[in-house]
Amino acid sequence: MLQAGEWAYSETLKEHFMNPKNIMQGEDTDAFDGVGMEGNLQCGDQMMVVIKVDGGKQVITDCQWKTYGCASAIASTSILSEMVKGMTLEQAFNVSPKDVAKELGGLPDNKIHCSVLGDKALRAAINNYYVRNGMEDKVMEEKAKIVCQCMSITDHDIEEAVLEGARTYFELQERTKLGTVCGQCKDEAESLLDKFKHLHFGA
Amino acid sequence: MKVYLDNNATTPLHPEVKKEMAAAMEMFGNPSSMHAWGREARANVEDARHKVARFIGADDQEVVFVGSGSEANNTVLSLFVCASSQCIPGTSMRNAIITTKIEHPCVLETSECLMHRGVNVEYLDVDQYGRIDLDQLKGMLGDHVGLVSVMMANNEIGTLQDIRAITEMVHESGAFMHTDAVQAVGKIPVDVRDLGVDFLTMSAHKIYGPKGVGALFVKKGIPYCPLIRGGHQEKGRRAGTENTLGILGMARAVEMRALEMHEEEARLLVMKEVLRKGIEERIDDIYFNGHPTESLAGTLNVSFPGAEGESILLYLDLEGIAVSTGSACASGSLDPSHVLLATGSDAERAHGSIRISMGRDTTMEEVEYLLDVLPGIISRIRNMSTAYIKGGAHAASR
Repeated sequence: MLQAGEWAYSETLKEHFMNPKNIMQGEDTDAFDGVGMEGNLQCGDQMMVVIKVDGGKQVITDCQWKTYGCASAIASTSILSEMVKGMTLEQAFNVSPKDVAKELGGLPDNKIHCSVLGDKALRAAINNYYVRNGMEDKVMEEKAKIVCQCMSITDHDIEEAVLEGARTYFELQERTKLGTVCGQCKDEAESLLDKFKHLHFGA
Repeated sequence: MKVYLDNNATTPLHPEVKKEMAAAMEMFGNPSSMHAWGREARANVEDARHKVARFIGADDQEVVFVGSGSEANNTVLSLFVCASSQCIPGTSMRNAIITTKIEHPCVLETSECLMHRGVNVEYLDVDQYGRIDLDQLKGMLGDHVGLVSVMMANNEIGTLQDIRAITEMVHESGAFMHTDAVQAVGKIPVDVRDLGVDFLTMSAHKIYGPKGVGALFVKKGIPYCPLIRGGHQEKGRRAGTENTLGILGMARAVEMRALEMHEEEARLLVMKEVLRKGIEERIDDIYFNGHPTESLAGTLNVSFPGAEGESILLYLDLEGIAVSTGSACASGSLDPSHVLLATGSDAERAHGSIRISMGRDTTMEEVEYLLDVLPGIISRIRNMSTAYIKGGAHAASR
């Protein structure tokens, strides 16, 4: 339960919001080896992650960012930038939103998507590094797979709906209109629903 | 320094209200009881009813005490789902409600629920300042419309509607008129006879009274059906033992409003102008939301593109200043303020808005403090924002 005077956020998150680390100064993204951007202003959050890479060791030596968003969005990118410094590209690529949330001391359910966005921006920056350095073969694409053919709903849409609060198949349908025509995708959608619930909320 | 600038959310108890309620703490009788304890409580509740009625120009029996403004609004809208001709003659023929896109959620969500129960609900648009268009209303009215509900003062942007003109038009069409005046009563003069409305909602805690009590004005002779049933309290119009302490506090609150509100409005207008000018001078690229003149004196809503509302709110909180935001991120939903979107504001402006709502305790010193702190916070947030980077949304404006 919330104590009097406490924020809805953890102390770690609050600290990263009050004193964000590694904010990119200026706007010269060319000074970095990889640039990734996710989200948009209309949706209320957007993050850009830039990295410097030791080409020999394939290790991230510096990670900076810009974020438009709420306190948990700012803190998520701040802590992510601390976490990945010194990691190999491969290690950094595998950092999950859950790792970020855990490091922050937890995120309220409706803020989980903030950690997802920073994570996506980081992976986009790593892929951008590979492309810039002629290592296209290493680019790890996250292709969306269509689950509901009738309404053209992908696994990414399902993940998004879960992050926005869908917990049951019905709530998933309310948000995405998935399975409202032929209904053949129900089993696959339900198993993805369970997967993403477990992945993001441990439920 | 602690600066409370969120008076549209709620207000502290007026010292006189505190005194009144503290003195009444010993009075515990049930107003429905016939013995001395009950009679004492009854006399006090009826005295309070008289004070509240007089404040809005109503007769005593036209005031129903309820648990909140939300309850009052739910009650009025729900009158029109009853298909029984015994309860509300004629309404089954007029099975449509008209309201606006900028109402409080307690009206919008009740309307949504009514739609599931077979009531047609139509929504009035608003212009860039949040005002409805009387011509649009005229086109929507007809034999099928039973009720029109338009809020008098908007909680987020402070815009006022011309309730008298709206009511006249609504009555010509034969429908009933309700106004949610929770943000208006006690801040601007409200007289139910002058406005002509059939139903009016008010709440105590927005005007230095206690939480958990409000009142619904129901014009004499107008069809009515209770939302909370099962008791004869409030002449059968709202079951449940009266919140005697709350009701007494509310009555004292409106008495104090009658004494203080006019002078206070003038003071608030001066401070709002200082705030408006100060923000304009010290911060680039801003938008004021709401009507420039037809607006509550204490409410100023402003958007800072490139900065997100929750961040602004929390950085201000760290400086001891309380405001609120139309940003989705602070409210738990993912959609930005429905009010700002209805005024045609884009989603980014809506995400980056804060509402500053001053009240009777607000001082010029506090306004100056906000003006000292705010520019630094906005520039700090914008400096870490993607909105101003090369190729970003606002790169050109810097």
